[in-house]
This record gives sequence, C-alpha cells and structure tokens, in this order.
Amino acid sequence: MADMINLKINNIPVSVPAGSTILDAARVAHVEIPTLCYLKDVSCVGSCRMCLVEATGARGLVAACVYPVSEGMEVKTNTEKCRKSRKTSLELMLSKHKKECLSCERAGNCELQRLSVEYNCDPHRFEGETETHPLDLSAPYVVRDRDKCINCNRCVAACKKQAVGAIGPIGRGYNVHIGSAFEMTLMESVCVGCGQCIVACPVGALKERTTVDEVWSAIADPEKKVVFFTAPSVRATLGEAFGLPVGTNVEGKMVAAIRRLGDVEVFNMDITADLTIMEEASELINRIKTNGTMPMFTSCCPAWVKFVEQKHPEIIPHLSTCKSPQEMFGGLLKTYYCEKNGIDPKNLYVVSVIPCTAKKYECKRPEMQGEVDAAITTRELARMIKTAGITFNTLPEEAFDDPFATCSGGGTIFGATGGVMEAALRVAAKMMDGKFEVVDFPAVRGTAPIKEATYNVAGHTVRVAVASGLQNAETVLGQIATGEKAYDFIEIMACPGGCVNGGGQPTLPDSIRNTEDLKSLRAQALYASDEKNSLRRSSDSPVMDMLYGEYFGAPNSHKAHKVLHTSYKADKRI
Amino acid sequence: MEQQANCTACLLGTPEQEAKLRAVIEQSKSTPGCLMHILQEAQAIYGFLPMPVQKTIAEGLGISLSEVYGVVTFYSQFSLTPKGKHRISVCLGTACYVKGSDKILEEVEKELGIKCGECTADGLFSIDSCRCVGACGLAPVMMIGEEVYGKLTPDKVKGILDSYREESK
Repeated sequence: MADMINLKINNIPVSVPAGSTILDAARVAHVEIPTLCYLKDVSCVGSCRMCLVEATGARGLVAACVYPVSEGMEVKTNTEKCRKSRKTSLELMLSKHKKECLSCERAGNCELQRLSVEYNCDPHRFEGETETHPLDLSAPYVVRDRDKCINCNRCVAACKKQAVGAIGPIGRGYNVHIGSAFEMTLMESVCVGCGQCIVACPVGALKERTTVDEVWSAIADPEKKVVFFTAPSVRATLGEAFGLPVGTNVEGKMVAAIRRLGDVEVFNMDITADLTIMEEASELINRIKTNGTMPMFTSCCPAWVKFVEQKHPEIIPHLSTCKSPQEMFGGLLKTYYCEKNGIDPKNLYVVSVIPCTAKKYECKRPEMQGEVDAAITTRELARMIKTAGITFNTLPEEAFDDPFATCSGGGTIFGATGGVMEAALRVAAKMMDGKFEVVDFPAVRGTAPIKEATYNVAGHTVRVAVASGLQNAETVLGQIATGEKAYDFIEIMACPGGCVNGGGQPTLPDSIRNTEDLKSLRAQALYASDEKNSLRRSSDSPVMDMLYGEYFGAPNSHKAHKVLHTSYKADKRI
Repeated sequence: MEQQANCTACLLGTPEQEAKLRAVIEQSKSTPGCLMHILQEAQAIYGFLPMPVQKTIAEGLGISLSEVYGVVTFYSQFSLTPKGKHRISVCLGTACYVKGSDKILEEVEKELGIKCGECTADGLFSIDSCRCVGACGLAPVMMIGEEVYGKLTPDKVKGILDSYREESK
C-alpha cells in the first residue's frame, strides 16, 4: 500500500496517498475548492489562481491543484484571505470578458458565471482598456470568440493532448491570447475539428457552429420532407442536458422528442453503423485474402481522417474506404430511400444528430455531395427540444420509424472506443468461419487508451489494436513505423473514450467532470443495450437483408462502392 | 499560406542558410529545452523568424507550430519581421523617456516613413524600441547597430540617418 499522509482540511482530518495534491485531499474531506484552469485528465497548471488556499509551511497562498500534501499539514480553504484573493482574480477576468451572459450559450452552465455569483463579484470593478475582436467563423464546425476567453488554457491542453496543437498562447502580458500560429484561422491551421476544446472550455469562448436555424426552416418548409437520424452515442448522453444522471439511456424519449419537433421521421443511425461493419469487415477479409495494403485502419471518425490527411498522408492507403455511418446514411437516404418512396432527393432534408463537431465538417466535404444537409450536435438537439417546449423527462418511450428502426447490438456499441472493432470482429469472424459463434470480445472493451488482442479465425491470425484519443493514435502509428508492433486491423477514435466523449456532447459542470468517469458511465449505457439486443451481429439484422437484397446485392459490390465508399486526399500541414 | 504550407524548403533562404538551420536543429534536438537556443541561432542565421523557418523547427523537434510561435511571440528578442542593414533601437526606458525619447522615435519614424517594428522597403533601416541601454547619463539615447547616439534632439535625427545613407551609396 502506498504511503499515506495525514493532514487536516478545514480542521477535518484526512489520510491520502503520498503525492496527492491539496485539491485531491479536499475531495476526500468533502470540501470543494473552486477551480477554473484545472480539468481532470486534461489540464493542471495552477495558473488561474482560483484554488488558492492557506497551508501551514507555505509562504503566502498556494494553488491547491498543484501543491502536494505533506504530513501534519493544516489547510484552510475558506478564510477571508482566500475569498478576497479569489474575488479579485475573478473581477480581473471579468474586466476583459465580453459580458454577453443574457444569451450566451453557456449561460447557466458557465464556470466563470457560477463563481462570480458565488463570490458576489462586481463585474465592473476594474474598468479599463477593452478590445473587441471578430469571431473566427472560418470553420464549419467551431466558432471561437476571443473576447469571452479567460486564458485558462484548457483548450490548449486539450488540443495538445490530441497531438494536434492547433492553438496556443500568443504574445505576452496584457496582450496574451489564445490562437493559431501566425494568427491563422482555425480552418487554415492543423485543427482536425474534434471539438475537445469546446467541451474543455469553462466559458462560452468556444462553441459549435450551429445549424439549428436552418433545420427549423426546413421543418417549416412544406416542400421539404425532413428526416432525422441519431448516432449511437446520442441516446447515452442527451439525458444529461435534462438533468438525468450520466449514463442514462434515453433512446425512447429521444425519438419521442424529435418526433414532436415537427412533421419529421426519426431513424436509427445504428443501422448504418451495421452497414459500415458489413462493408468494412468484407473489405478487411478481402485485404487479408488478396495481400492488400495492411494494416487497415477504420475510417468512421472524420477527425481521425482529417488528422491522417494533414499529418500522416502516408497512412491514406491504409484507411478503409468505407464512408462513416453518417455519410452512408446520407447516401442511402438520397438514393435507395428516395427511389423507393418516389421522393425527389432535392426535397429530402437530412438531419444527422451526432456527438461530434468534425461531422459538421465531414458533411461539407465536396465528395460527400451534401448528402447530409445538416449535422447537429447532441447539445443542439437538446436546445431544439427546449425551444419547442417539450418536457423531455415526462415523454413516453417511442420507437424509431421504419424501415430504419431495427439495429444489431454491434451497431449500438459504435459509440464507445472498441465498439467498432468488436462489431467488426463479430461479423468478420463469422464471414471467415461459418461456425464461429463468439460475439463477446472483452479484450477490446473498456476505456484504456490503447487495447490489443490477437484472434485466430479460419487459419488466419488477426492482430488488432484499438486507440482512442489522437495522442494514443500517434503512439500506435509510431510503434508500427519503428516495427515495434504489428497489427492487421486498427480502430481509431479521435476523442478519448470514443464518441460518447465527443466534442458535441453535453458540457457538464466541472464538479461532475472532475469527479465522475464520464467515458465509462456513458459507454456502459451502450454495452447494456447491446447485451439486451437479441441481434448481436450486424449481419443478423433484417435491415441488412433488406438493403443488400433490394439494393446493394452484396457487400463491396459495385453499387455499394458507389454509395457507401469514399476516397481521401493528402493535405499535409505543419 | 497554402504555398508556404506545401513548400517550406523553397522559402528557407539560401542553401547555406538552410543547411545551417538544419544542422542546428539536428545538433540540439535531443537536449531538453532546446527550443530557445535553436530560435536564437535561427534568428542569427536569418535575422528574423519567418513562417517557413518556424515550421522547419517545429517539424524538426516534433512539436506543434503553435508552440514555437507562442515562444517566439512571448520574448521580445525574437522578431517576425525582417530587420534592416542598420538596426535602429530607440531607448524608451525611464530616463530617456522623461528626456523626450518618444519625440526622437516619432522623428525617426517620420524621417524613414515606417513605424516602430518595421523595415524600410530598401532594407537599409529597421526601427525598434528598447528599454535602457545603460547610458542614462546620455539620455535620450538611440543605437544604430552597435553605435550609441546620446543627448539627442529631434533635429539631430536626419543628419545621423543621412550619414548611413551616404555610407551605403
């Protein structure tokens, strides 16, 4: 057992492992110390000065998030001196902050606002030179508002942790601000659009580029038929926006709520996750049998694809040619669905609800031909539901609309790291060996940054790896390049933990983010749904029989390639 | 931007300059905290730190361009713009300032038709301000290259600049 350190927090005796910080120890004593620049697993630099406390043996106030505990230490977190210091720091931040709090999208969910209320701050105590800067509207997925930024650097830490580093602090002193090198716009920079900066931001300086108004217009347009489809992970997180506990699966209420937004149909994107698996598993087997380019990487994450195109174009031949489930659905709706129902594709307005900001960029890629008209995040859907006056928590549970309602459990777990791999293994193994009945692959589950496993199927050894978080993807790429590791099939999700932790998911208060394991709790909701589903393998789904029987013929057929596959383009950036 | 992104090499100055830069990166890259040293060397080679140079350094060290740019913009010793053959540095430290060095700077800017931090089109002069050169007894002071000019008044500026112009003819 690790050495334990005994100390007192506000006279409460606690015992914590050596190496803990005062902030860790305070949690054990059920004392909350305010923080702004600190974010568990992302940022810990002690720069915002909100967590200053008095500690014996220290000169002056110390930053609790970085200060290590020592034996016999007595910490006071709520003295006059601490409160005064925090209040002044907050008022200095407020002096430069664009106080658009009436309509700011983070109003009511802003860490700066919460603390300013708690500390009874005067937002106009320091009136000085202020500047205004234009919004960075260059990217179709994220908007940066420098005037709301408090320079906490959490976005910078999140971006660096993604091995992207598109943003950093620029300049010195009063002029310091967050931006891209040479003041490039985000679209010109190495940004991949993952949106991890948005969920890291404690204020409203970063948000998605919203398309909610366009969706409302389409719903109001009598010429348009509007269809929604929801990504696997959205059902596991949407409830958080309505105060439900993290990890609540709200699939039925979500469908009911979307149906009440107007005259729309609601489909299940888990179906094109199943379709992705059918195509991807076939592609993998084909590559194995024909000595094709190996290893093969998954391509369902658009931020990962952008990362490859910009940073590692040499990997492009290794990317699966499968479109992402979002784009497969777009393609399917604008071809098969329109043909079957006699709809002019021009009059079909397709809305995807996704946990992701990069998917907003993906649907604008020219080769996707606008098959998805609007991609809205979980947060945007929650806002639409609130605008429409729908009392989410009292809704009945309703089912998705036919013909895109029934999915396999494999499609559902796409939303968590390892899910695509497991779903692909279920199908690929069965395709290679008809007697293979195993559907559980626990080695690729869980939130570990990198997972590995080896399986023997029909005389073939298949070595797989799963990485989530682009830093971990970078590690895997490095190990492959040096020959340290060799794999056949690799799943990469740009966001740590996969889509359940995507950049478009509800922004939870720091008090929850810093104490709960969001990634696991949200993933559990998806795995529980998989377990309850009588269809575990994508190939067992009757919808797959329908699609291949009526339209595509077989996986990787000519028609499937036309509608369900894509290509990539090197766009090397430094 | 596009062109620079795809073609760092062609904008890295002369082949000699580029070879020197790459040698400096290669020599230092395994030393922790080498970025400052490499930036100083790079500025000595090029006179300033343009985007292709910073990109080459970022790529060589395996760090992001935004990290390099953050350091470059933090320290006043680094410059993003080219410097002139004769680098003018007007002291705006306390002693010089109270003796009216802001008027000297204004006069230099007017005479050369550029602002502080810029370089003349012919590449002859660039202007910067500095904080105390340790010659407060001579305030207000400016330096041109290594030469110190003290007890200045605005009307002396033109004559001093002309002497450099003559010399370059």
